[in-house]
Formats: sequence, structure tokens, C-alpha cells
Amino acid sequence: MSAAGHALALRGLSKRYGSFTAVADVSLEVGQGEFLTLLGPSGSGKTTILMCIAGFVEPSEGAILLDGRDITALPPERRDFGMVFQGYALFPHMTVAENVAFPLRVRKMGAAEREAKVRAALDLVQLAAFAERRPSQLSGGQQQRVALARALVFEPALLLLDEPLSALDKKLRAELQDELKALHRRIGRTFVNVTHDQEEALSLSDRVAILNHGRLIQQGAPAELYEAPRTRFVADFLGKSNFLAGTVQEAFAGGFAIGAGATRVVTAAAAPPALGSRALLSLRPEKMALLAEGETAENTVQGVIAGWSYLGAGYALNVETPDFGTLRVTLPTWNAPIAPREGLAVRLGWRAAASVPVLDDLDQDRAA
Amino acid sequence: MRRQDAGWWLLILPAFLLMTAFYVAPIAQVLAISFTEPAPGLGNYERLFTSESVQRVIVTTLRICILTTAISLLLGYVLSYRIALAGAAAQRWWILAVLVPLWISVLVRAFAWVTLLRRQGLVNETLIATGIITEPLALVWNEFGIVVGMVHYMVPYAVLPMLASMREIDPRLLAAARGLGASRITIFAKIFLPLSMPGLLAAGVLVFIFSLGFYITPALLGGGKTLMVAEWIGLQILDLLRWGLGTMMATMLVVAILATLAIFARIVDLRRIFGGGGA
Repeated sequence: MSAAGHALALRGLSKRYGSFTAVADVSLEVGQGEFLTLLGPSGSGKTTILMCIAGFVEPSEGAILLDGRDITALPPERRDFGMVFQGYALFPHMTVAENVAFPLRVRKMGAAEREAKVRAALDLVQLAAFAERRPSQLSGGQQQRVALARALVFEPALLLLDEPLSALDKKLRAELQDELKALHRRIGRTFVNVTHDQEEALSLSDRVAILNHGRLIQQGAPAELYEAPRTRFVADFLGKSNFLAGTVQEAFAGGFAIGAGATRVVTAAAAPPALGSRALLSLRPEKMALLAEGETAENTVQGVIAGWSYLGAGYALNVETPDFGTLRVTLPTWNAPIAPREGLAVRLGWRAAASVPVLDDLDQDRAA
Repeated sequence: MRRQDAGWWLLILPAFLLMTAFYVAPIAQVLAISFTEPAPGLGNYERLFTSESVQRVIVTTLRICILTTAISLLLGYVLSYRIALAGAAAQRWWILAVLVPLWISVLVRAFAWVTLLRRQGLVNETLIATGIITEPLALVWNEFGIVVGMVHYMVPYAVLPMLASMREIDPRLLAAARGLGASRITIFAKIFLPLSMPGLLAAGVLVFIFSLGFYITPALLGGGKTLMVAEWIGLQILDLLRWGLGTMMATMLVVAILATLAIFARIVDLRRIFGGGGA
């Protein structure tokens, strides 16, 4: 298959159902050969956006452009996009090979060429041996791969994936994530994926767009979103985060300090907010350490372990602090400095660069 | 058999005895009479091959039944398709509209068709008044009238199994086909029609078997000129007192129904259609 990626752009896309707004003014660019994931909780509008791209839902406003050409009015059967549906939607009365051949048949491709392409597509997903089976005779993971082969066999301009892994158990999901990623790299096509699974979004995508209540909250590379979330929602939805609220007490080059009760915390920031204003910091649980006697750090907080769990690779501690409430801290098990127990007094430390100022979601709504 | 199982069997014993006494026994007697009246032997069955009037009744019945089944399936399929694709609220009204005729007496409906289709009926009067025809058409008391009345009766029976199987079709399959580039016609021919085929076959068998033994509608709309099997049996037994011939035909009717079911059972899983036995 040729590495012919296409670029997609959404311009001011909105979809309203009566008074309910499912998608509100979303603009997005998907570059050639890029793997973009639309991530959000249920009801965030991610699936509606995908259905607009596929052509099954007509947007109330806005335009969809493929390589700069407006395709908003084009019906789905003429868009030439491959799609993997939730639950796969394999045709139960056809064999695997017939399923994969279906898009080629409707394109009236000659038998010899068709058979060659079906074989190549089944080889691509390692299912050549199952060509004559019915979908009902396959496992969930195999069905998923058939759906992929069927969506890719006609060399679509774009591959759309609607929660492609959600029906699978955890282990299989991880396996197919790797396969999907390898597949994307191998064929170099543009993929648009929809999921509510943040791990899947982080591991698969070149870029992630986070949605909530129909609005695009933030987009960027997975690491960028994880390390520099712009709002509380993003920090909370992508991984886990503690939130430290306080008043801005001091601003300096490349950062500022907040105070809450008797505690002062410094953070890195590109543009410090006004003195005296409220600020919210996001601090990831794995970016804190338990400090030994006499050890210092840019920020330190006293606390007491209120609860803990053993997770194999790490411990998860809930540390009760006087000024920031309960902080969640994770420690790698293999070099944990203490054996956790409830009631143990600990000192937490972290660097200024470990935390990021984020907008509270109310502010975000006001800013939007 | 364990004691507990025996207890369950005891529960259905009264029903079993009732069925044997009032249903199976008379049928067995019908079978017996067909071999003994007027003289013991296969004389009655010989008529199947020698009597032109017997053969004519069978051919007429088969022709009317096949025609009725075909038209009912066609109309029923279109109706089911429309209902299956309608919204949930609209679906309830459609289904009600299909079921209401079922609750009206078959006698009333047959007479209604007679008033509509007779020489001075609404249809002929309207056609003459608008100048499309000058002489009234023979719309009733012939095969045409019988087929009209029977189709009217059978359409709901065709709709119900077909609708049930169409509702089982995952709408995402149709969307998937569309997304893969298929036109509406292709989606229907390659996806929807094959997936609704079990319902279509079930409806076909149901309507055909029902039609074979139809009595009132053909009797009223055929006007005694076109005889179907059921009316012919009545005529032999009640008017001509030829019990042997009548019971022979009744036996043939039962055999035909069982044969149809047997052929059908080889094609489709019967338990699935009649709702029993698991998935």
C-alpha cells in the first residue's frame, strides 16, 4: 500500500440537536499521515465529531476539508474513508474474505485484483488463515483485525476508528494497541481515533484533542498534554493529578509562589499571574518524593499517611496535609524509602518545575 | 428418569389426554375412513391419479396459494421494511395498524370485499363513472376475488415474522456498508435482504400453510365456482356424503402441510422462528 496520507481540517464545526449542543465550534487540523485521537468522557461530543467526519451526521455549522477541498456535503459512501465501528459491524452472513472484499466489490474491481488485495489486507493483519471463517467463529481481537482489514483494503484517504479497542479485555487491548501503532507506522495513512481511554490515547497518538461538553479543551502531543495541561479538566482526565490552590504571593522570572495557610509553594510558569490572585497548580502523584531526615527540596510539605495501597509496581499513598488536603503520591515499590503504614508522618518534596499552573474549569468556561 | 422429572410429566398429562381424545383420535379416524370407505383399500387415493375433478381442485388450490403467498410476501416485506426503519413511536402505530385487521372477523372482511368488488360495487361503479371502463369487470366470484381476500387476510401474518427478523439486523451494519462505499441498492441487496431472509422464509411457510386450508374466504369470494381444497372437502362430506373421498383429501392436506414444514426445517432452524429453544 502506498504511503498516501491526506490532511483533514475541521473549521468551526458545530452540531446541535434541538436545544442540546453536542459539538460547539470545534476547529482541528489533522496532518498527512498523522494519528489523531479525540479523547473525552462520554457525552463530550467526540463520537459526533467522528460521525461528522465520516458523513453520517450533518454538522449544523462549520466545514470539513480534505486536502483543502470542502467535503461537508459529500455523503459517506462517496468520501472514501475507512471506518472501524464500535463492535466492528462485520457482516455476519459473509466470510472474513467476503467481508474484506466488500468495499472492493462495490467499487467493481476485477476478480484477480480484488483477490490479491484481500489477501494482502488479511496478511497485513495476520489473518490469512481465517479467510473462510465466519465472523462469529472468531475471537474479539480477530474480529477487530478483520474490521481493520476491511477498512484499509480499498486504500482509503482516512481511517476512522470509533472506540476500536473498547470491547476487548485489558491484556488483549494492550496487545492490539501495539499492533495498531505498528500498522499506522507501516502504512503511513492518516488515522482519526475516538476513545475515552486516556492510556490508549497517550500510547497510540501523535496528537490528542481533549473534548468536554462538546468543546475542544486542548490539543497537542501526548507528552505536551500530560506535562503541561492547560486546565484542571485536562490534568484530571489525562492521568491523575493533585491540585494545589492558593493565593499568588510572589512573582519572579520563570515562575511564581503561592501561599495556602502556612505553606508556601513555588512553581515554574511562563507568565506569572497577578499578585494576590487565586492560582491552581497541578502536581502529578509520581513527581513527589518522600524526603529523608535532613534532605531538602524546592518545595516541602508535612503530612500523615491516611491510607495506602500496594499496586505491584508502586505504592499509592494518600497523604493528609494541613493546607492542601489529601495529596495522592505514588512511589516505585523497589526503592521506596519507607514501608508505608497508616498514621506515619512523612515529608513530601518536589521541584518547582514539577507543578504546572492550570485554569480552573469555571475560568476555562468563561474564557471560551 | 428421576422422580422429579416424572412429576413434571404428570403436570402435562391432563393436557396430553385432552389432545389425544379430541384431536389426535379424530384425525386418526379421518385417516382410517379414507382407507375404508366406501370399500377397504386404496381406492380413494387412486382418484388422485385418475379423477380430473380431484386434480383440478388440487391444481387450483396450489395456484391460489402460491399466488397469495407471493403477493402477501411482497406487500408484507415492503411494509415490514418501512416499519423496521421507522422511529420507535411511529413503529407502535404501524404495528397497531397491521394488527387491527387481525381482530376483525374473517367473515366480515370477506363480505366487505364482496360489496367492494361485485358488479355494482364501489370499485366497478367508480371505474365506470370516471369512464375508464364501460362494462363492469368480473372482480369477485372468481380466483381474482379469492386472491384479493386471502392476501388481505395474510399480510399481517407475513409482516410479523419478517419484522421480527428485520429488527434483529444491527443498523450499524447498514451504516458500515455505506461507509465502505455501497449505494442504497447494494446495501439492500447484499446486506439487508440476506439478513432478513430467515424471516422471509418463515413468513412464506406460515402464509402458504395457512392458505392451503383456507375455507371461509374462498367460499364467499369464490362464489362456489372456484373450489379450493377445504371447500371441496366440505362439499364431499356434507352435501355428497362421500366420506371416503373427503377424508382422503383431508389426509392429503395434512401430508402437504407436514411436507412443507419438513422441507422448511431442512433450510432454517424452526425453533428460532417459533421463539423456543435458547438463543
